[in-house]
Amino acid sequence: MTAVITGVAGVVRVETDTSCAHCMLPVPSGLIEAGEERQFCCTGCRTAFAMIAEHGLGAYYDIVERRDGPVATSDRSFEEFDHAAFRDLYVRATPDGLSQVDLYLEGVHCGACVWLVERVPLVVPGVARAELNIRRSLARVAWHDATVPLSRVARALDSLGYHPHPFRGLEVEAMRRHEDRAMLARIGVAGAVAANVMLASFALYSGQFGGMEGPYERFFRWVCLLLTTPALFGPGRVFFSGAWASLRTRTLNMDLPIAIALAIGWARGTANTITGVGPIYFDGLATLTFALLAGRFLQQRGQRAAADSAELLYSLSPSSARVVDGDATRDVPAQALLPGMVLDVRAGESFAADGTVASGHSAVDLALLTGESRPVSVSVGDPVYAGTTNVASALRVTVDAAGEESRLARIVQQVEESARRRAPVVQLANRLAGWFVGVVLALAAATAVFWYPRDPTAALENAIALLIVTCPCALALATPLAVSMAIGRAARNGILIKGGDAIERLAEPGVLLLDKTGTITEARVALEAWVGPEWVKPLVLALEQESSHPIADGFRRAFAGVDAMPTSLTTHVVGGGIEGVVDGRHVVVGSPAFVEARTTRTIAAAPCAPTLTPVLVAVDGIIVASASFGDPIRSDARASIEALVARGWRVGILSGDHPQVVATVGSALGLPPASCVGGAAPEEKLRVVEEMRRQGTVVMVGDGVNDAAAIAAASVGVGVHGGAEACLATADVYLARPGLTPLVRLTEGAARTIAIIRRNIAFSIGYNIIGATLAVTGTITPLVAAVLMPLSSLTVVLASWSSTSFTRERES
Amino acid sequence: MSVIFVVVPLAALIGLVAVIAFVYSARRGQFDDLDTPAVRMLYDDTPVAATSAADPSAASQSPP
Repeated sequence: MTAVITGVAGVVRVETDTSCAHCMLPVPSGLIEAGEERQFCCTGCRTAFAMIAEHGLGAYYDIVERRDGPVATSDRSFEEFDHAAFRDLYVRATPDGLSQVDLYLEGVHCGACVWLVERVPLVVPGVARAELNIRRSLARVAWHDATVPLSRVARALDSLGYHPHPFRGLEVEAMRRHEDRAMLARIGVAGAVAANVMLASFALYSGQFGGMEGPYERFFRWVCLLLTTPALFGPGRVFFSGAWASLRTRTLNMDLPIAIALAIGWARGTANTITGVGPIYFDGLATLTFALLAGRFLQQRGQRAAADSAELLYSLSPSSARVVDGDATRDVPAQALLPGMVLDVRAGESFAADGTVASGHSAVDLALLTGESRPVSVSVGDPVYAGTTNVASALRVTVDAAGEESRLARIVQQVEESARRRAPVVQLANRLAGWFVGVVLALAAATAVFWYPRDPTAALENAIALLIVTCPCALALATPLAVSMAIGRAARNGILIKGGDAIERLAEPGVLLLDKTGTITEARVALEAWVGPEWVKPLVLALEQESSHPIADGFRRAFAGVDAMPTSLTTHVVGGGIEGVVDGRHVVVGSPAFVEARTTRTIAAAPCAPTLTPVLVAVDGIIVASASFGDPIRSDARASIEALVARGWRVGILSGDHPQVVATVGSALGLPPASCVGGAAPEEKLRVVEEMRRQGTVVMVGDGVNDAAAIAAASVGVGVHGGAEACLATADVYLARPGLTPLVRLTEGAARTIAIIRRNIAFSIGYNIIGATLAVTGTITPLVAAVLMPLSSLTVVLASWSSTSFTRERES
Repeated sequence: MSVIFVVVPLAALIGLVAVIAFVYSARRGQFDDLDTPAVRMLYDDTPVAATSAADPSAASQSPP
């Protein structure tokens, strides 16, 4: 066992080459137990390993690919999972007499997780089934209610390292699943009919060319009619009901022209089938129905990815709270909370409802709502919000609003609504396809009328050739296919795009404004400089281990390899610092004012850059060390910004932070000082964005509530990883991965997608114009037309499919 | 050629069976999750340790 000392940004860190038996991360030297075969980096990993080994699931370690980090096992009881109110909301009975629940699991990362989670029936007797959907991290668990309580199942999952949350939105989910299945069934029927009608039509077209006896021709016409009719009025019914709704509400929607075209085509085709003369349109109608349904389905799925992410975030807010009942407290599910109840919230816990502080004072981390990294001090009478975290000390909170009424729930609803409202480019393509059919039908009639006095046979042939060769499918498919492929591929790369219109606007370079805190920087406190002797570090770490303050987090990360000493008598003062007795010595860590008030002599008073937060350390009344904390710039920021500039974007910073800090960050990133605006209040940000919009495309990238207005006003708003929900709600694009690299991918992918769409539409229009001209002039026969037609659709589909709009990121 | 009057409806009937099978499986949720099964089949079921042998649900999972 050798100790490796690495210096990262001036921070000395001791790592050992011993790795944790569960998560494979290096084990801190203080936790290595001499003589033990297996070493663990934390108790979470130890518990998970014991659990896996006890039930003979050790094969997990053979198949696991990578692990993201140490297991965070919470020692929660999950009692609320057995509460009646919880059951009413989340638990459903299955036909075979079991109870079933959907749980969102944190920490699912690879195929091995599927294996492990689905072995839960072996770990907890009484669990019948556990199925994990790896893409959505949703586990569906069915268990015998009489044998085992759900809280036991939850505890087992938790100790395996998958922290369970009940999945809210079960109703929506059930409805969607029903919708998806019905849509898939419709597409299947429409596709089968389209293919078969096409086959029968091929027989008819070759009959036109080579001569066909009357009875056979009549037979195939009837086959087409009998096949198409159920497809049009079964799967195609959605267009008719949509058109009817459009007529009733007197708003023109895309279903109307489609329904008219389908209805007229079908009526005319049926009449011609019965009389035995004139063209039938069934092949075109059946293919159109299929293509439009498929396009709509792809579109729907893409739009859901964004709404899903919001829902999962919502699932992350706590599912239970401790209600104060006289002298005792009891666990109550978040949904059973009522205004007026008093909650007991300890340090490190999240609030389950919106409320007002009734007693105590503490600091609250609002990052989930506002994206701001620094905790806000709260005391009696201050509001707190569901989903935010109490970081410093215990609070009593009177509930004001819970469940659907909370601020968090309302923001999630907004996100879903804005995702639904967005008008995608796809609708334009669908409307075009609808009118296209009408135009083609009219043109066919005109061709027949024009040719009839000259040559009755040619009139029929040319009209048929026109109907066959002009195919709206390529046009109807071109945009939705390319857009949904792009949205789907982007989502796999952690870029959630809410609508096709954002892709369109991101394709051409314009102005790109970045927020500083949380976007360019990591929005967390990190130790930038340390002036002081080595022996002080264990003392500081010992104290800071007791605290959940961000500065303490910064110390813990920076001194990860240092062994802490046991402490006694710690006091924590909000807004000042922390003091305690470590190893018999009196240690004070905190702001200069806090520390100087508790010391008699000053030795080291190191200067601190104006952009950093100073922290002093005093031991036995003497200041011995000084540290400064700052917000580090993301490692990929410079390279990403350079890539964006190279693509023609004009990149700038628009921040509410002090102008001097913004200028420092700007010069570090190589941006001209003129494009770095600091000290901008939310209203100022909005004004800047609105002014720039008059000159062209403005993309606003941000993470906080202070950016929300500017993001909404921008041509395209982008919310970054870890951002506030208000910002998620208004953003068109949400980057689910940290850093700015996704932004580069987004602009590149958008440009490629639009190029593909243009190519598809140009191809399809060009093909149709040439084809129609040839048909009307009688240059091509129906048979040649019938061969050309599927080729056009196929080309568009293949072009969209093989395109690399968003290339798949390589797993590192 | 008149065999076509029999063969085409017969083919349509076979096609109908396939369509019904597809609609049935779509309605039963066979196509709900297309990602996990691909991963799930990669790992064999391993023999179960003695600790959970008493469990009835575990017994059904591991072949005798």
